Amino acid sequence: MIGRRRFRRDRHGRFRNGLGGDERELLKALPLQARGLLEARDPSAARVFPVAYPQETKAESDYRQMMGAHLLHRHRDALDTLTATVDEPSLDEEEIHQWLDALEVLRLVLGTQLDVTENEIIVEESDPHAPQVAVYRYLSMLQGEIVDSLAETLPKGEVTEGEGGPA
Amino acid sequence: MTGSRMITSDVGTSTVTATLARSAAPAGPLTAPVETERPSGGEDIRPDRPWLVIVWNDPINLMSYVTYVFQKLFGYSREKATRLMLDVHNKGRAIVSSGPRERAELDVMRLHEHCLWATLEQAQ
Repeated sequence: MIGRRRFRRDRHGRFRNGLGGDERELLKALPLQARGLLEARDPSAARVFPVAYPQETKAESDYRQMMGAHLLHRHRDALDTLTATVDEPSLDEEEIHQWLDALEVLRLVLGTQLDVTENEIIVEESDPHAPQVAVYRYLSMLQGEIVDSLAETLPKGEVTEGEGGPA
Repeated sequence: MTGSRMITSDVGTSTVTATLARSAAPAGPLTAPVETERPSGGEDIRPDRPWLVIVWNDPINLMSYVTYVFQKLFGYSREKATRLMLDVHNKGRAIVSSGPRERAELDVMRLHEHCLWATLEQAQ
């Protein structure tokens, strides 16, 4: 954890928004850019539309038909919510979930553009990608904080172990 | 590095400059949402074997995020979700649920809503 936590759940169940002004400006600008890439089905947005049936062409085609527009709408809504609510002093649970989704999309697109691998990204300050890497790291930190805040709201134990449980 | 560039900006300054270059490929038509029957797949698939929902390792997704999604979607305990996440991370993949095809496909859809790299296949 770097420095103070930006999100804290208050006793009313709302999440206090502790973002600074520079962070807010960034989080207003990035979703608009990502939105365009998703709508254009840019290759850097491919991870946002995962493949369900890698070995079944027909099934995959049907799946895409069924899910493609849904995923686009869902993530576009999340990106729009992030931009629209970034200046709010606090967020409800629905909004913080939308933020989590939006940050996930931003990281996937940017990580794809940066060709992120399992290895730590090391860049010199003079590297032309250094600013993007800094943004990527910042988004990772922010997403991690939101995950930590949301994880505290989950039930402690096992809730359901339905028929879909692990084999 | 793919050809397009989404973001050029400085963190920590108020200046956010952005250059947005789309790839050369034109945007494909977006398909309207339609209610269809479930994908039918191959003809030789026997119905008696369960379908497996597999999550694959991805270098971008945060480990804490993957654990959180497993807990949220499947109601798994923190321990179980963490174990599955570590399997994904260390072994490259993990079976996170299984069952009839419709049920397994629904799980894949929910995982895809959360941008996890999940696929579906029938048990051998």
